[in-house]
This record gives sequence, C-alpha cells and structure tokens, in this order.
Amino acid sequence: MANITAADFSHVRRDINVESMRVIPVKRWGRVATSVIVALLMLQMTYSLATNPFIDWGIVNDFIFSPAILGGLWATMEISIISVVLSLVISIIIAVMRMSESKILKAVAFGYVFFFRGIPLIVLLILVGNIGLFVRTIIIGIPFTDIVFYSVPSNEVFTPFVASIIGLSLVASAYMSEIVRGGLLSIDRGQTQAAKALGMSSGQSLRYILLPQAMRVIVPPLGNEFITTIKMSALVSVIAGGDLLTVAQSISGVNYRTIELLIVATIWYLVVVAISSVIQRYVEDAIAER
Amino acid sequence: MAQTHPPANPDDYIYIRAVSKFYNTVQVLFDIDLSVKKGETVCLIGPSGSGKSTLLRCVNFLETISAGQIWVKDHLVGYRLDNGELYELREKEACHQRRDIGMVFQNFNLFPHMTATENITLSPIINKGVPKAEAIETAYSLLNRVGLKGKEDFYPSQLSGGQQQRVAIARALAMKPDVMLFDEPTSALDPELVGEVLTVIKDLAQSDDMTMMVVTHEMGFAREVADRVCFMDQGCIVEVGPPEQVLGNPKQDRTKAFLEAVL
Repeated sequence: MANITAADFSHVRRDINVESMRVIPVKRWGRVATSVIVALLMLQMTYSLATNPFIDWGIVNDFIFSPAILGGLWATMEISIISVVLSLVISIIIAVMRMSESKILKAVAFGYVFFFRGIPLIVLLILVGNIGLFVRTIIIGIPFTDIVFYSVPSNEVFTPFVASIIGLSLVASAYMSEIVRGGLLSIDRGQTQAAKALGMSSGQSLRYILLPQAMRVIVPPLGNEFITTIKMSALVSVIAGGDLLTVAQSISGVNYRTIELLIVATIWYLVVVAISSVIQRYVEDAIAER
Repeated sequence: MAQTHPPANPDDYIYIRAVSKFYNTVQVLFDIDLSVKKGETVCLIGPSGSGKSTLLRCVNFLETISAGQIWVKDHLVGYRLDNGELYELREKEACHQRRDIGMVFQNFNLFPHMTATENITLSPIINKGVPKAEAIETAYSLLNRVGLKGKEDFYPSQLSGGQQQRVAIARALAMKPDVMLFDEPTSALDPELVGEVLTVIKDLAQSDDMTMMVVTHEMGFAREVADRVCFMDQGCIVEVGPPEQVLGNPKQDRTKAFLEAVL
C-alpha cells in the first residue's frame, strides 16, 4: 500500500454523531400476519377438540393411568426394548456375514436383508403369529438326522408376545444390519491392518478396534431405528400382542369409546418417543465427546 | 517350491528368498532375494510402484506371496513346514507370528478412540497376557523414550503428525518385536516434523541395534542410518550395497537415473 494521507478520507462525513443514532428495524408485516393466522388456526383446532361434544375428556382422564393401559404401555416397552437389543445382536452378525469371504454366508446375509426389508411388517407379524398353522413343532437337533435335542409344540413357544418380538426383530435387524455394515465400512482400512500387524485376530480387531469406532457412526441412526421400532410395535395389535394399542382397542371394544382410548394411546406413544429422543441425544453427546 | 530350508546363517533375521508376487495376472515382485542381519538396518528406496512397500508387507504376512519363502528369525512367514509340505497358517498362528514383527505405517493408523497409552498397552494386555499395571509402566517409559512425556493421556487427534507417528513406533515396540518394519514413516508428515520421527528411528538403529527394514524417500536418512541400501524398480531389486556405494556411486543406470531425479 502506498502512503495513505488524510485526503483519502475526505469522503467520510464527520458531522454525524454516530453514538446518538438509533437503528430502526424493518417492519416485517408479512411475518406478523402469518403468525397471527397460524396462531388463530391452532387455537381454533384446540378449542374444537376440547369442546367437541363427541369426545368425553373425562374418559381420557379415567383411562390414562388405568392399570390395564399402564400394563399395555409396559408390554409395548418390553416388546420394543427386547426387540431392539435382539435385533442389534442379529444385525451385527448379519453385517459381519455380509462382509465375510464365504460366498454362502454373504449370500445368506444378502437374502436375509432382502427378504425382511422387502415384506411389510404387518404381513410378517401375521405369518409369525400364525406359525402354528404350518409349523406344528419346533425341533432343535441336527439337520437331516433323527438326532433331536429338544422339541416343543410351536403354539406353546409362539405366544403373541413372543411372535411380536420375533417379527419386529427380524425386520428391525434387517434395517439395522445395513446401518452396522455402513458403520464398519466407514472405518479406514489402515485400522484393520494396524490391528493385524499388532497380532490381533479378526475377532479382536472387531471387538476392540472396529465396533467401538463404528458405534459413533451407528448410534444416531440406531436411535432413530429404536424410535421407529417403538412406533412399529403398535402393529403387533393385529396378533393381539398385548401392547398399548391392543389394550386400548380391547377396552374401546367394550365401552365403545374408540376415539378417547386412541387419544390415551397417542398421548403415551408421544411421551415414550419424547423420552427416547432425550435419551438418544444424551447418548450421542456422550459418544461424540471424544 | 523346490527347496525350503531355514536361512543358512542364523544371524539372518529376515531372509527373503526367490519371492514373487502376482495380483491376478500382474506380477509385482520378481524373484526377490534379500536378507537382513541381526541389528542391521536396510533401507528400501525406489520409485513409487516399484514394489518396496508390497515386499515389506509380505514380510509380516499382510500380503501373501505367490512363490518363494520369507523367514523371520527361525520361522517361515505365513506357512508351516511339515514333511516337505507347506501348510498355510491358521489365523491364530499367523497372529502369533505377527506379534514378533513390529510395523509402522505411513498413515500412523493409531486407534483414534484410545489414548496414546491405551494404543500402546492394548495388544500386550490382550495378546501377551502382560498385567495392566506393568503394560502401562512400559508404555510410559516408551513414550518418554520417543520424547512424548506428558502426552500419555492424549488422544491421537490431539497430537501432531510427528507425535502420532512416534506413538505408533512406541506401540510397535511395546510388543518387544524381533524386527521392525517401517513403511514410508515420514511420507505423510509436514516437512518440519520429519526430523523428530527420523531421530527416533535412528536412535533405534544405533542404540538398540534393532533389526529394521525401512521403506523411505529420505535419501539423507538412508545415507546416515542404513547399513545397506536396496534400490528397487518395477518389482525387481536392481542394486544392493552400502549407502556410500548405492547412493554415492551407483553401478546401474536405473539407480543413477532415479537418484538424479530425486536428489
């Protein structure tokens, strides 16, 4: 830069006292108007719901903490949590199979994901719920031999509760295995090589090196998958899974208060999802810290 | 494989004999013969794609060879010799073998979810049964030795490239290896950080008498530290000898051309 002289600033006005000046914001009339309209609409909707002659809020109040509903809520939580834990385990196995060098393991894992992502959950639930119709007994033994360790009629094992968990886990694990595989693939190949070079087996490198790092990538979508599973668990009402919706419907089947009991169920689903979202954020923060 | 026998000279800690390697139909190593004596440092130099890193990775069985044999100390790398037949090692046996061969990578490959100390202690604890307290003590003294006292609880992301590479060297040393392999240890470093890593490697060569194979592009380092320099080109060893000869007065035209290009 060449020398700067006072003449270069001659265009700057010096007769204004900057400190005494006020800033007057633009009036955003459009924003004000839309806010008012939307607020009015919301008020109107709330008012008409609250004063709707066909909804008896007293009934909602009566049932929201009733033992039957809380029992259903508990069943929903049980079904969701067991399903998520089970499908996490299955999904890791499927993801590892999919990345294996055996063509058969690879193909089976691919087929698993294709099948259980492909069929609607409700179809699968009805199939599993009625498994006794085409599989009479469950036999644990060696294939193609007469050696049987254990056998039991399927109707004894596949209660609606168990069938619900199995149906949900099969589908959720198919989705989750893709998440886990993505997480494992996102890790640099150098990590596996370093683990190998230090004399670790592939199992050790999976446990100590790959999975802990993959978790950071896997946990956020897994949290979403958990919330999805909670919501999907309502579908088990088609096989009378004993969950929140099943209970709500069986009560309304008796007292004909369909809408009130659906409102009760809705409130509880929102509460559970809200709590899960908070936990999800908490876990994500804890993992992201390092 | 016609003849299979341990190296005639028990002082040959790394003994590479008639090694060839193919990727599908492309041959990347041609009939390589090379040995590294106990306490010796051999630097592999050559243009990129000349096969020097591949050869290094064959030594600890990160890559398989297509023909020939590699011995590290008294065992055949990747195979078990039994009654004149070669059996490929099970994963467990191969893992066992790799524990005696330290390797340092171009990109450090530290485990980012573990502190410097955890990086160093993991494998000794889970694979060698070293008690945790003892492993940590060893890690501290190794970190001190590579000039990283005070960084014990730092995560790799909190360390500079040079510091990370020094942790990686300490991690390899913690397994108490017989030989150390360095795969372009300074190529991923900012120029001002190269010196601190080379100093550590030089110290290993000179005060510890560690047996080492170093793939490097640092000619000054090779001249100073190497007992022998091996120039490779297109999958073949072109010239091996003391650094003053290979770097100072090369016999082969290909070596001359390469040195003219890099110096």
